[in-house]
Amino acid sequence: MNKNIDILENPALKLENLYIAYGKTDKYAVRDVSATIKKNAITAIMGPSGCGKSTLLRAINRMHQLYPDVKTQGNIYLNEKDITKMSAIHLRRKIGMVFQRPNPFPTMSIYDNVVAGYKLNGIRMKKNERDAIVEQSLISVGLWNEVKDSLRKKGTFLSGGQQQRLCIARAIAFKPDVILLDEPTSALDPIATSKVEDLLVQLKKDYTIVLVTHNMSQAARISDYSMFMYLGDLVEYGKTKMMFTNPRDKKTEEYLTGKFG
Amino acid sequence: MGQKNNKKMETLKLKDNSAYRTSKDKVFLVGVIIVSIITISPIVLIIGKLVWEGIGQINFSFFTETTPSTFEAMTAVANNEVIPGGIVNGILGTLLIVGLASVIAIPIGILVGLFLYENQQSRYAGLIRSLSDILQGVPSIVLGLIAYLWVVKNIVHGYSALAGSVALAIMMLPLIIRSTEETMKMIPETLKEAALALGVPYYKVIARVLIPSGFSGLATGILLSVSRILGETAPLMLTTLGNPMVNWDITAPTSAVPLLIWNFYNDPNMLSLIWSSSLFLMGFVLTLNIISKRIVAKI
Repeated sequence: MNKNIDILENPALKLENLYIAYGKTDKYAVRDVSATIKKNAITAIMGPSGCGKSTLLRAINRMHQLYPDVKTQGNIYLNEKDITKMSAIHLRRKIGMVFQRPNPFPTMSIYDNVVAGYKLNGIRMKKNERDAIVEQSLISVGLWNEVKDSLRKKGTFLSGGQQQRLCIARAIAFKPDVILLDEPTSALDPIATSKVEDLLVQLKKDYTIVLVTHNMSQAARISDYSMFMYLGDLVEYGKTKMMFTNPRDKKTEEYLTGKFG
Repeated sequence: MGQKNNKKMETLKLKDNSAYRTSKDKVFLVGVIIVSIITISPIVLIIGKLVWEGIGQINFSFFTETTPSTFEAMTAVANNEVIPGGIVNGILGTLLIVGLASVIAIPIGILVGLFLYENQQSRYAGLIRSLSDILQGVPSIVLGLIAYLWVVKNIVHGYSALAGSVALAIMMLPLIIRSTEETMKMIPETLKEAALALGVPYYKVIARVLIPSGFSGLATGILLSVSRILGETAPLMLTTLGNPMVNWDITAPTSAVPLLIWNFYNDPNMLSLIWSSSLFLMGFVLTLNIISKRIVAKI
């Protein structure tokens, strides 16, 4: 894929000849994808429904491992280390994930949801350390002022947008290197969406962010780099500004001008 | 041309038969009311009869004293008095037997239910699922016989609470397995993924996310299975035998409320104790059912 940038130095993530298939079919959901993802930037993966963008994202933290039907080939490197050589548990502590629908743990309070990564992993720490992490994480997702008086309430009492920001707080509380977001705003209203978008732009100075979106204008608004996927192929990958002003591939151009998708 | 034809057909169909429909509606309404009354009347009649006949015997000593002897009961009946004594040996025996059965069945049932949930597609899980369904259909007297053979003849060498608990635990198992599996299926997959994405090991995801999230469902299943076995009589006849005294030894014969009802039935002097014991048992089962309904409504 010579159309794509692959010259980044010290990439956060490097994908190499990645093939992913569901079931025993020879039909790949993701076909021969190679790309490098820059540190401390937002990389958006876009494309029409069913083009394999979520499948690609979920390969990065080895979520597919849960489903024996999903076959993955190829290599992914996190900070130059092969992720298949790490334990899945260790890997997932380094790569946080935020899902399409907000999914705070319904049995836990807001406070416990933020430190769920520590709590569920049985990592002990002093109460003041824990308080500091909760406060820090909620401040950085802009939720602290809204919930500081109700930290003991259940996470599910919050509105959808607040729940999604709580889920982002849960992911960053564990201090990952990379945050994967799978259409994080598709279940949110426009105001909540713009809050999450602003938050992501702020977060990129500390984290590498990979965002799946079917919303091109969202990719245009916040991402530094964009990938365009179509039917499992990575059609084009480059600087977002370049891609939106001067797409190199005809398919990309057709998608961006709304001819399909 | 076509339009004209359509119009004609519509006008032909438009006959006002709303009067017929209204009357049909009424007939069905009456029918449904009658059928529903038929459905609920047994439970109303049962509770009414039990309260009517049994409430007179329910007093403080009913819950604190053991069963009276035939002679005591006969004297009381002859003098038109309330039969002395109570069924505390049966109540405590039931608690012992059912408690022990729960201790055996709950962990096994939940673990098997979790296994079935985690391995939906596997053939071995399918086999376990079918066998557990078959187990549910085994007559309780047969389970009593099996527990008699296993525990009474070969382990304890005598009638015992333990033998009864084994029989009842086998009855509880399929109910708990099914309810655990169904409960776990209701928990959204995204919750599991959320926990795994935080790098939580799988066993901790189950123990600290899935089970707490499905807690009310699990509790409901357990309560329903307990209320299902509370009234079991046949397996207990072959295993725990009965005991006129309060017994806490799981290797000794033990009484239970349904066994006492059977004993009272066979003793013409103790007729009114049948009703009060049945009322107690019914009330116990009903309470458990209502609690489990409440838990379901809370979700």
